[in-house]
Amino acid sequence: MAQIQQEDKMALGPKKFNMWIFIFTSFMFFAALTSGFIVYSGGRGHGINLKLPNVFMYSTACIVISSVTMFLASKAAKSLQFAKQRQYLWLTMLLGVLFFIIQLIGWSQLINMGVYFVNNNASQSFIYVFTGMHLIHIIAGLLLIANTLRGSYKNIPQVKNLFGMEMSSIFWHFIDIIWIYLYVFLLLNQY
Amino acid sequence: MSTIAVQDHGHGHAHHEDGHGHHHDTFLTKYIFSQDHKMIAKQFLITGITMAFLAMIMSILFRIQLAYPDKSFPFLETLLGHFAPEGHISPDFYMSLVTIHGTIMVFFVLTAGLSGTFSNLLIPLQVGARDMASPFMNMLSYWFFFMASIVMLSSFFVQTGPASGGWTVYPPLSALPKAMPGSGTGMTLWLISMVLFVASSLMGGINYVSTVLNMRTKGMDLWKMPLTIWAFFLTAILGVLAFPVLVAGVVLLIFDRSFGTSFYLSDIVLNGQVMPYEGGSPILFQHLFWFLGHPEVYIIIMPAMGIASEVMSVNSRKPIFGYHAMVYSLIGITVLSFIVWGHHMFVTGMNPFLGGVFMITTLIIAVPSAVKTFNWLATLWRGNIRFTPAMLFAIGMVSFFISGGITGIFLGNAALDINLHDTYFVVAHFHLVMGSAAIFGMLCGVYHWFPKMFGRMMDAKLGYLHFWLTFIGAYLVFFPMHFMGLDGVPRRYYAFTEFESMKRWLSVNVFITWSAIVAGLAQVAFIYNFIHSIFWGKRTVQNPWNANTLEWTAPIEHFHGNWEGEIPTVYRWPYDYSKPGAEHDFIQQTVPFSQTMESNLPEDFEDNEGALEEQQKWANTQRANEQVK
Repeated sequence: MAQIQQEDKMALGPKKFNMWIFIFTSFMFFAALTSGFIVYSGGRGHGINLKLPNVFMYSTACIVISSVTMFLASKAAKSLQFAKQRQYLWLTMLLGVLFFIIQLIGWSQLINMGVYFVNNNASQSFIYVFTGMHLIHIIAGLLLIANTLRGSYKNIPQVKNLFGMEMSSIFWHFIDIIWIYLYVFLLLNQY
Repeated sequence: MSTIAVQDHGHGHAHHEDGHGHHHDTFLTKYIFSQDHKMIAKQFLITGITMAFLAMIMSILFRIQLAYPDKSFPFLETLLGHFAPEGHISPDFYMSLVTIHGTIMVFFVLTAGLSGTFSNLLIPLQVGARDMASPFMNMLSYWFFFMASIVMLSSFFVQTGPASGGWTVYPPLSALPKAMPGSGTGMTLWLISMVLFVASSLMGGINYVSTVLNMRTKGMDLWKMPLTIWAFFLTAILGVLAFPVLVAGVVLLIFDRSFGTSFYLSDIVLNGQVMPYEGGSPILFQHLFWFLGHPEVYIIIMPAMGIASEVMSVNSRKPIFGYHAMVYSLIGITVLSFIVWGHHMFVTGMNPFLGGVFMITTLIIAVPSAVKTFNWLATLWRGNIRFTPAMLFAIGMVSFFISGGITGIFLGNAALDINLHDTYFVVAHFHLVMGSAAIFGMLCGVYHWFPKMFGRMMDAKLGYLHFWLTFIGAYLVFFPMHFMGLDGVPRRYYAFTEFESMKRWLSVNVFITWSAIVAGLAQVAFIYNFIHSIFWGKRTVQNPWNANTLEWTAPIEHFHGNWEGEIPTVYRWPYDYSKPGAEHDFIQQTVPFSQTMESNLPEDFEDNEGALEEQQKWANTQRANEQVK
């Protein structure tokens, strides 16, 4: 029988493409939420009407730095420095968790300001929806990174290690960008 | 002859090799948790058909109520228990039936059952791939769909009944658990089911897009893809972009329902009690819903269009008329479908200017639709038509698409729609243009690719019986509804006897109900044919319809990987039927031009000057030989 030609048996390329399409779906989700906000606040004349707590700036810094560490982890993985890769992945996870905590602190500050989720001004409820739905993505991102980290400790083949690395970093950079989008969106709509 | 013998030898050999290399499947991995796209397609199809039957039975139940609002049918009480006290379907349960019929038909049958089946079956087989990009995700897609179906059906076993606010689940009926019986547990189950369903759809859609873009075999460039693949691909893109918006809308709805926020609710008095909700906008939900909802109707019809195009070309023994125009019109529909959602909302107090914009975009979408229709008719024109059951269903699909599409032009006009909104005219319109048309597309696909799925043929005579009864039945059911709608009869009303202006339509309702029952009985012919043929049908040959596409080059026997040895290379587009000068009236995509010198045309070598030169040289020699003779 003729030798089967070099086929991409694991279909890693197409699987990576799957991640890109998933990012499109996720982007559409946030686009829908923000458009919902525009339709709501435009139609009802309710704005957010408050100044966002400053801690969101710290969380933004946090997630931007985590993107940098994620990039460094990818670079380390590509140059076969696995210890360094793990180190940066741990750092990324740490920053991710920190981001998560700071967001929760932001919520508690909002509550202290008297801005509740259950609110007759749904524009203010939207702040919780945006951040909350984004936090769900953060959890997914952390799980992806944890999975890559686990693979790295188990010394899986480099092809798969790089694949996991790429999958998790595409997603992580994406949720970083989405947060910046949401934050700028909220800042512009403060009043 | 000798080549055939050689091929046979190769086959046997390959089988031998395959037997060694292939890991053994257990029943569980082969039939239940299968990752093979062909098996997943069958799972989708059988689940879809089951759901279609249930939804059809629901429609006949509420049709009985519409025809005989005053009569008591004891068997209904036996069947439905407290949902039909004293043999009358209760008003609440009537609403539930309408709602769940719509939900199941739109999402579970014509989205998952249609796209799920044929995208799964045909994408890898027609583009030449061993399986989907991620077979595991593909399996999950089916199982999420299965769970969604179970949850949706389980709402019939809830004391207060299934969701009953219509398949569009507008708040406040869907947002206030106490608004009506169906708004309680039934609505919760509806939401859970739809979340599972959207997850399933997205996983499927992501795989389809990725597979089409990344895993095509050698030579299969985009312009050599069959129209089925184009349709499934663009459908998947629509789903991937539109479903997340529904999720966003539903997330906010769940917050309103269960957390007490006011995204959609305002100024509500329930049972004499003023509710605390304030400032919300129910129109917001409609925007979010219809931003999915309108692309959704194209998610339903585009696969049917693709299937009909392919089947009509094969059975007319002619190339599809205007292949490029067909693709561009599909792309046009895809793009336009995102900017027409407002035509569902003309009566929401929309700014008339905005309404005008939506009206124009809606009317523009008629252009690509008409291009497709004319191309189908031109494909039939002077074709060497083979009236297989699949072909009849494809023609039926075009017929419904025309007669339902024309009323779309009326409804797209805001000035007319404001009168016709929520009347039976709308019901007639969409049941023809997307309901019947898409179902016919699906049945067409089942008859055509049954041999590919099960290795056996369906019985053609039963197929003809099924077609004619269903075709005539569907027209008899939906055509009279236009006139009811023009007379202002609103949809979803429980008893026509309660309204003076609607009483005279009762006799028409009786007629429609009996037509529906006959058309429903016709489906028994289908299901008998389907099940019987799976086990006892005539065995098929490898290429029963003499078609060009790649799936017919794969062996009849199914195994994970589709082709033994190398995946075939593609050299030509899929529509070389009845090419002048060719030996047979079809040339498969895998046949290189060098083997068909006598039928090649200059336009076959657009980007290949070398080959064109060779062709001309060959033609010159031929001519020289003629002269010698």
